[in-house]
Amino acid sequence: MAQAAVEVPPKGGFSFDLCRRNEMLSNKGVPPPSLRKTGTTIVGLIFQDGVILGAGTRATEGPIVCDKNCEKIHYMAPNIYCCGAGTAADTEAVTDMVSSQLQLHRYHTGRESRVVTALSLLKSHHFNYQGYVQAALVLGGVDANGPHLHTIYPHGSTDTLPFATMGSGSLAAMAVFESKYHEGLRKEEGINLVCEAICSGIFNDEGSGSNVDVCVITKGHKEYLRNHQSPNPRTYVTSKGFSFPKKTEVLLTRVTSLQEKVEVVEGGDAMEE
Amino acid sequence: MDSNEAKQHNLMGSESALERTLYPYVTGSSVVAIKYKDGILMAADMGGSYGSTLRYKSVERLKPTGKHSILGASGEISDFQEILRSLDELILYDNMWDDGNSLGPKEVHSYLTRMMYNRRNKFNPLWNSLILGGVKNGQKYLGMVSMIGVNFEDNHVATGFGNHLARPILRDEWHENLSFEDGVKLLEKCMRVLLYRDRSAVNKLQIAKITEEGITISQPYALKTFWGFVTFENPTVGAVGSW
Repeated sequence: MAQAAVEVPPKGGFSFDLCRRNEMLSNKGVPPPSLRKTGTTIVGLIFQDGVILGAGTRATEGPIVCDKNCEKIHYMAPNIYCCGAGTAADTEAVTDMVSSQLQLHRYHTGRESRVVTALSLLKSHHFNYQGYVQAALVLGGVDANGPHLHTIYPHGSTDTLPFATMGSGSLAAMAVFESKYHEGLRKEEGINLVCEAICSGIFNDEGSGSNVDVCVITKGHKEYLRNHQSPNPRTYVTSKGFSFPKKTEVLLTRVTSLQEKVEVVEGGDAMEE
Repeated sequence: MDSNEAKQHNLMGSESALERTLYPYVTGSSVVAIKYKDGILMAADMGGSYGSTLRYKSVERLKPTGKHSILGASGEISDFQEILRSLDELILYDNMWDDGNSLGPKEVHSYLTRMMYNRRNKFNPLWNSLILGGVKNGQKYLGMVSMIGVNFEDNHVATGFGNHLARPILRDEWHENLSFEDGVKLLEKCMRVLLYRDRSAVNKLQIAKITEEGITISQPYALKTFWGFVTFENPTVGAVGSW
């Protein structure tokens, strides 16, 4: 193949050399690298008095854990919480936005928010963006019609379920739910089952890890149990602690106050026109 | 220069493309297996899917090989049948030596690994994930080989979807010295989750048991499922128009 003209070093600005290579590769049938999903495990279940939501606390940037202890259970209303999986920015932004909308709605109607309101707002927002808002949510709460648990997918479809899991660890967590869930769970049983499901995601899925957050919502009451379980403590912590040597010795300290550069004179001449 | 380029880019050549396995056609879903007190327990359903149709519902995916091992396979059924024929030949030649020795599970597993890896190197894989379990001289052995030749030995193994749905349960609940009943209950638990959550699963499964005494493969039977959740009965209560 005839070589291209002698390589001239780029003068600055964008270099589009790799575009030709990418085009050549895709013509040969090499698919371009796909978007990376941020891993997580989020779950929810309905127990006899209400809803329990659970989430892992790992946030990943590709292969790296960027946040070991992030909060994935977002506040929507005093009686409604929402777990988010997928692109972290999308889950935060969309739950924040709907939370504000719900609050305005509460002022407007003077009543407690309903879970289906949050559901409709979230699903229509997602559908409008045709799946580009990559947020998979588990929405749960207790309102005047009882406890509700829904899942919302990035393209805007929803499910109403007695137990739900989302995220990369959803299969591991679902295996636990499918084998152990039954109706009429008591609160302790429910919390234990949620913790087991999240731990199953933490230990069997690479995208999930660190600690377990739990949120229990019942009629008129909610308990946000941040880091309810920490099954991944730092194993080796030196007991001596760390002391960093001071790098620069202080030889002399002298304080000089700034002199005033401008004299303020009261009742001077008026400004000239 | 141009023809050189063409040859470089087309490593396979057009003739050999006709002879390579490119995609599977009739596939079996997951197989799950565990070691228990007396030997190995292996479970697989009897479905053979043709793409997304559940076409064959009486495919036996667990087969004894020799006196000491059972082979369970998921993936392309025709490749599984080919593997069985190769193993038959292997066991036959071994018997013809008539020296009182017989191939144990470890040896069969090694043979399968070599076969799968070799085919993968020729870009013509046998499209299967295999589980090989057996007992010889009191030693239990349970191993897995994938279609690219990845092989390992463990106390509990699964193929396909079983890795995602059954392995977490097994990691939590498996322990040494499971009794036969407990082992079967554990396998049924895993197969039930697979039945609920794997679209290519059918509710007709066989469980195979292998111990020092011999091999038994059960008759096909179905698992009980529960669909009576209150939310399943009327999910749109309070959310008219959703589902």
